[in-house]
Amino acid sequence: MDWHILGQQIINGLTLGSIYGLIAIGYTMVYGIIGMINFAHGDVYMVSAYLMAITLAVIHFFGIDSVFFALLLTLAVTMALTGLYGWSIERVAYRPLRGSTRLAPLISAIGISLLLQNYVQISQGARVQGIPTLIEGTIRFGSGEDFVQIKYVQVLILVASLACMAGLSWLIGGTNLGRQCRAVQQDRKMAAILGVNTDRIISLVFVIGAVMAAVAGVLVTLNYGSFDFYVGFVTGIKAFTAAVLGGIGSLPGAMLGGLILGLLESLFSGFVNTDYKDVFSFAVLVGVLIFKPSGLLGRPEVEKV
Amino acid sequence: MTAPLLEVRGVDTYYGPVQALRQVSLHVDRGEIVTLIGANGAGKTTLLMTVFGSPRATVGEVYYRGEDITRVPTHQIATRGIAQVPEGRHIFPAMTVEENIVMGTIPIGQAHLDADRQAMFELFPRLKERRNQRAGTLSGGEQQMLAIARALMGRPELILLDEPSLGLAPLIVKRIFEVLKEVAQSGKTIFLVEQNANHALRLADRGYVMVNGEIRLEGSGAELLSNPEVREAYLGGH
Repeated sequence: MDWHILGQQIINGLTLGSIYGLIAIGYTMVYGIIGMINFAHGDVYMVSAYLMAITLAVIHFFGIDSVFFALLLTLAVTMALTGLYGWSIERVAYRPLRGSTRLAPLISAIGISLLLQNYVQISQGARVQGIPTLIEGTIRFGSGEDFVQIKYVQVLILVASLACMAGLSWLIGGTNLGRQCRAVQQDRKMAAILGVNTDRIISLVFVIGAVMAAVAGVLVTLNYGSFDFYVGFVTGIKAFTAAVLGGIGSLPGAMLGGLILGLLESLFSGFVNTDYKDVFSFAVLVGVLIFKPSGLLGRPEVEKV
Repeated sequence: MTAPLLEVRGVDTYYGPVQALRQVSLHVDRGEIVTLIGANGAGKTTLLMTVFGSPRATVGEVYYRGEDITRVPTHQIATRGIAQVPEGRHIFPAMTVEENIVMGTIPIGQAHLDADRQAMFELFPRLKERRNQRAGTLSGGEQQMLAIARALMGRPELILLDEPSLGLAPLIVKRIFEVLKEVAQSGKTIFLVEQNANHALRLADRGYVMVNGEIRLEGSGAELLSNPEVREAYLGGH
């Protein structure tokens, strides 16, 4: 085994995995709080890539040259606008159906997913879009043929994801708002009796999920530079796999599941076959669902008496 | 004459097509301990939940401090000074004991948190010992005490309790009724739903008896205790 290939794939895997983790947060938090999968979440991620490119173009138009400042502004605007998408999806596809059968919001979410894909396809075109490379440069370890390299943008992805996850863990674990989120998750009716505005908390969770997806969208676009209206589908399902792997409903589970799935996929690409990496990822999903449906950190669902 | 603290007037409540409450009227005055007794499925829990608007009364009104709160959203009821200790306790199992206690402060904010938490730990020393433990690992009696402490943290004027003695050992039931007496003496108004009619009627100033979603009898605690019908149905006939 070549150590440098292993090292390189681990770096790539961690980068990819932290992206999966960021998107998985949206799936896992929404599932935790209302017990349903938001099937439009992958497309929220896709929309954020477009919002990012548009914001970047607008900023460029106004002649802001500092890359650092432009990126910061782009990130902030994209997070805000994508959060608005998350909020709207809950208002349109979930809230009116609260109290109806579990299947209804599932279908309305798939409807939103199709709506977003087609809306973006019509308004932005079906072609692959791109942005110029903004962050160049790599750090290289080793010499000659055998080296391991990490791009600056990959460093940014790792640091930003870590910061998001740390910030979110603090928000959920250590603040009054986070405590209210957990209360709604554990016992929505009791939370309302104690004075928690449960509708607002559920909205907040959709917004948090969308904002995390926006961070992922901005980072991935910075790294790859290209995207189309369909990128949300496969990435969304991968992130969903990560959430299931870590234990759906568990926040640390989403992060852990993301990292593990990213590593597995990257190592499989590096040592076995690149073409079948998606097949491998979904085989992991099938395996988890068969052998450990509650995931790595999830608790088995206990029927409440 | 001043208005009662809580007044339920002619309330009908439905679960889908099933009518759970029929023309229920009752009132609780400031400083009273009032109990509602009745068999399983009589509609006692439904009445408490109707006060919190979940489900909402289809007919009739609920007044609190003279204001109509029938259509007020569930999460705004607590802010008005009503707390509930629900049937089955409903503590947050994955939170620590301390976090559960803090959850009770939502209606009033955390200005009195330290003092009130200290008071709760004095009232229930067991909770202090277990303050950093997950609430789901507590025994049934400890969970009940936690649910009561959580309700008190919001400094409510009225506390609704739904079967606090359910499934608990006799010694613990005794302790809980002692606590309720202390709470009442501290100036709180208590509305207590119970199947344990003996304890409840001894504690209460007044009582109501509910049968099939209707108020069948009302009277002082002592009157109801000596009522042959009540003795026959709820006190085992001796």
